[in-house]
Amino acid sequence: MTSAGLRGWSGRTIVTVMVAVFVLFFAIPLVWLLLATTKSARGLIVGNPFAPGSLDGLSTNWSQLFAFQDGAVTTWMGNSALYALGALIITLVAGIPAGYALALTEFRFRRLLLVLTLVVMLIPNTALVLPIFLELNAVGLIGSPLSVILPMSFFPFGVYLTYIYFSTSIPRDLLAAARIDGCREFEVFTKIALPLAAPIVALVAFFSFVQNWNNFFLPFVMLPSSDGYPVQVGLTSLLASTPAFNPSSAGAQSVQLPTLALATVVSVLPVLIVFLVSQRFLVAGMTAGGTKE
Amino acid sequence: MTMVDRTARQRGAMSYGFVSLYAVLTLAFGILPALYALYLAFTDAEGGFAGLANFSKVVGDFRFWPAVTHVALYLLIWLGALVVLVTVLAVIVHAIRVRWLSRTLRFVFYLPGALAGASSVMLWLFVLDPTASPVSGLLGLFGFESFVQVIVPGNLPVIFAIIAFWTGAGGWIVIMYGALNNISAEVIEAARVDGAGAVQIAWRIQIPMLRKWIAYMGIMSLAAGTQLFVEPQLLSQASNAIVPNDYSLNQLAYQYAFQQNDFNGAAAISLLLLVIALALSAVFVTRGGLFERD
Repeated sequence: MTSAGLRGWSGRTIVTVMVAVFVLFFAIPLVWLLLATTKSARGLIVGNPFAPGSLDGLSTNWSQLFAFQDGAVTTWMGNSALYALGALIITLVAGIPAGYALALTEFRFRRLLLVLTLVVMLIPNTALVLPIFLELNAVGLIGSPLSVILPMSFFPFGVYLTYIYFSTSIPRDLLAAARIDGCREFEVFTKIALPLAAPIVALVAFFSFVQNWNNFFLPFVMLPSSDGYPVQVGLTSLLASTPAFNPSSAGAQSVQLPTLALATVVSVLPVLIVFLVSQRFLVAGMTAGGTKE
Repeated sequence: MTMVDRTARQRGAMSYGFVSLYAVLTLAFGILPALYALYLAFTDAEGGFAGLANFSKVVGDFRFWPAVTHVALYLLIWLGALVVLVTVLAVIVHAIRVRWLSRTLRFVFYLPGALAGASSVMLWLFVLDPTASPVSGLLGLFGFESFVQVIVPGNLPVIFAIIAFWTGAGGWIVIMYGALNNISAEVIEAARVDGAGAVQIAWRIQIPMLRKWIAYMGIMSLAAGTQLFVEPQLLSQASNAIVPNDYSLNQLAYQYAFQQNDFNGAAAISLLLLVIALALSAVFVTRGGLFERD
């Protein structure tokens, strides 16, 4: 096929059809999921899949979901928030100064720490979960919130982003000038460097929060009791109580499909909101290093 | 003592303070677990040196090679789809001149990324169950009448690849789009004046310039993909174990640790996965050139 062919009418059609197919592929599951939360169990199976249910249906599903195991979902959401935010705070407190020091100061183990950061950054975070389990088991932390918060706080990718930002975007002259004006080293960081680094702090916070909230394997391994589950792991309990997927579970506590759909939406709601407001700033953040003068 | 001396020393001490917490975390959750896994993999349950016994045990396990095959097949399909489709879609979206349309498309592609892990698997359980699915007609075209028919073992690598693609492709499309924006408009314009069509420009100019990003995407995805766990785990649960709970290597490691109480065997599998991940990242760090300062 020649390029002239693709430039013409048929080429345009092929491209349009392809884009349309992928728009449907990405959008249909999400749209359908949102609609499903408003339906009754019967309506979900027999009705038109893209006809909305009713607000009544939504509120029924809502009360069913939050009544599950005496409000377990509320506990799980609280746990998720605790783990994700706790780890986020430690990540920022540990990572932002570290990225600053790696980029703008000299010290003895700087190169070693930098290389370790790059290497560990590329290890998928599930690869170390079993060894970390054994390690935390040895110190008796299994089942405690710290067993997920501490490992999640180690976020080398965030340190790498901060390092790149400080080493490319902050003029050293500016910091030198502040020192001549009598700023102490700590003040140089808090009063000059940190305010300039606001975009990268936001970016690291975004990645850390999303990754922590969605983490499944780590809490799945570390937290044996349902009281400690984050919502992502809690979903498996709901799934196990859904007769449509687990016929042996029919009973008083059984979960209907629309309720399970609602649980899926609720479980990602905080991340979804962060995603909705962040696309523009994300792209800006990723190219920030190159555009600052 | 001059003032320069004082600030230089102060700065040195400050640096250690700044990196200390992060260094402790690196030690505790990066280096120590890796060393601990190394120790366990080469010892037996009593702590005596075991040589390669743990490795030969897990490799000889009848579940090991099927798990390797499952993961490899999944990776092949997923990475193939990712590299080809993400590149093509990014080039197309970049070529669209209508700004709101291009922006909307990127948004639609990117939004599913919010549903990672268990949530996206849950969503796809619905989509793949013909009784509830919004695309039951489509499933019917392929001859699938029930959930059990959809999730027969032969289909699983494709299913996991679809789920992973649905969740992860959009983020990469946005990144590739950003990279395409960095190609100077003059280069493209010059090619156009020389009579190059859209396809030639994409093939000769844009895709070669994206190569670094495509390699980055490929290796990150390859390393992450070897860790397959949540998808088969949930599917195993939702199918009453039609999908076995030792489908992937990571699940097998989990079985060793928590069903058989064989932490040495589990560590051997973890170590094998770790070596693969490290080897891949070494290739990337030395040949990718993405980590050079300035």
